[in-house]
Amino acid sequence: MFETGWNILNFLTQGLGTTLSIFLTATVFSFLMAFIAGLTRLSGNILIRGAAAVYVEVFRGTSLIVQLFWLYYAVPMLFNINLGSNWWVGVVAIALNYGAYMSEVVRTSVISVDKGQTEASIALNLSRFQRMRDVILPQALRLMLPEFGNYSIQILKGTALVSLIGLTDILYFGDIYRSTNLSEGPLAYLMVLIMYFIIALPLIWLSKKGEKIARRGVAS
Amino acid sequence: MSYWSWETFMDALPIIITGLNVTLGLTVASFLLALAAGFVWLILESTPVKAFNFIVYWIREFIRSTPPIVQIFFLYFAWPMVPYVGTSFTPFVAAMLALGIHFSTYISEVYRSGIDSVDKGQWEAATALNFSVKDKWLTIVLPQAIPPTVPMLGNYLIILFKEVPLAATIGVVGILSIARSYGAQTWSYLEPLTIVALLFLMLSYPSALLVRALEKKMNRRFDKKKMKVKVTE
Repeated sequence: MFETGWNILNFLTQGLGTTLSIFLTATVFSFLMAFIAGLTRLSGNILIRGAAAVYVEVFRGTSLIVQLFWLYYAVPMLFNINLGSNWWVGVVAIALNYGAYMSEVVRTSVISVDKGQTEASIALNLSRFQRMRDVILPQALRLMLPEFGNYSIQILKGTALVSLIGLTDILYFGDIYRSTNLSEGPLAYLMVLIMYFIIALPLIWLSKKGEKIARRGVAS
Repeated sequence: MSYWSWETFMDALPIIITGLNVTLGLTVASFLLALAAGFVWLILESTPVKAFNFIVYWIREFIRSTPPIVQIFFLYFAWPMVPYVGTSFTPFVAAMLALGIHFSTYISEVYRSGIDSVDKGQWEAATALNFSVKDKWLTIVLPQAIPPTVPMLGNYLIILFKEVPLAATIGVVGILSIARSYGAQTWSYLEPLTIVALLFLMLSYPSALLVRALEKKMNRRFDKKKMKVKVTE
């Protein structure tokens, strides 16, 4: 059994590249979307704020798998455009979805920074940009860490969906293995789960670390 | 191919709506399972045997940080092949078990946070007043522990609702599954998939607003700092 398990694991590594590349790229873009949407939701301009709010609520209100299918099947029909490859469809869907979730983390963390900090930086004649970059964000970032850690695990879990649009990730190879060795199905999926868990372990560790950093007392 | 057509939209809408029963039914069934199983985790992780608790904790962490879709596939495709214990599940049951157990790992954490939020003094007072274990839990701890968890549970219900379309991959005929087969038959995916997205939005957004309102209410009730402000006013 251990030998078959090892063989399956070896077979699954063929999908590791796709899973990891999608995970890493989607994470980077999710963070980007999170900061863009989170900060624009705090904008003074009602139009900008409204647009960001619509984006966040729409992508939080529908599910990732629906968005993925929508981008995969519907967008090419609607706008007659091609997002390039399925790889990009996967990355864009995941990034837009989790970017929306994480933008709430950014927004609430920025809000929860003590008001006195804003008042002090106004008193010190800092510009709006300086106030955000030098005073508010460094303090807000600390509060975002644990949530960001959690969401990175969610993003990893989300990447398993890309096998549904034909990408050859870990789950795809797990499915292939199961369909050729039906009796080893349980072991095959167990190995898929273990593989995801191994990738998740450093993320779990990071989010625990983040929690510690966020809890560390600072003068408030 | 083609652009947006209201004709297709109106044609697909009534067909897709029929799937709402299954989607909502699966959501409720999985959530009830998650609520119950959440307690099981809590109990299994607080036995006197530390090593056992540790193992259960990592099993829970394992289930929590691996993709639910793989767990659904495991229960549906692979479970019948498990020697001795394996029986096959219908797609609905497989999805319910997978999603229910997956979310129970989160729910148990919500329970834990609720219990932890009860002030230490309350426990000590209950002990000092010689309450029995049953009375301590039923009259002191739980009445304070449960209300703050309600918005969190509501949040997880909404998140679970949005994970339910994963069940379409194993043939549970919910709204997403119907929309996809409609698309496969007519070659117009745009309208049916948009309908699915709209249905999700229409159901989850008002629920999210409700949960947020509830959250605010609970914060008012349980935030001691704010309470003090109120008293001095």
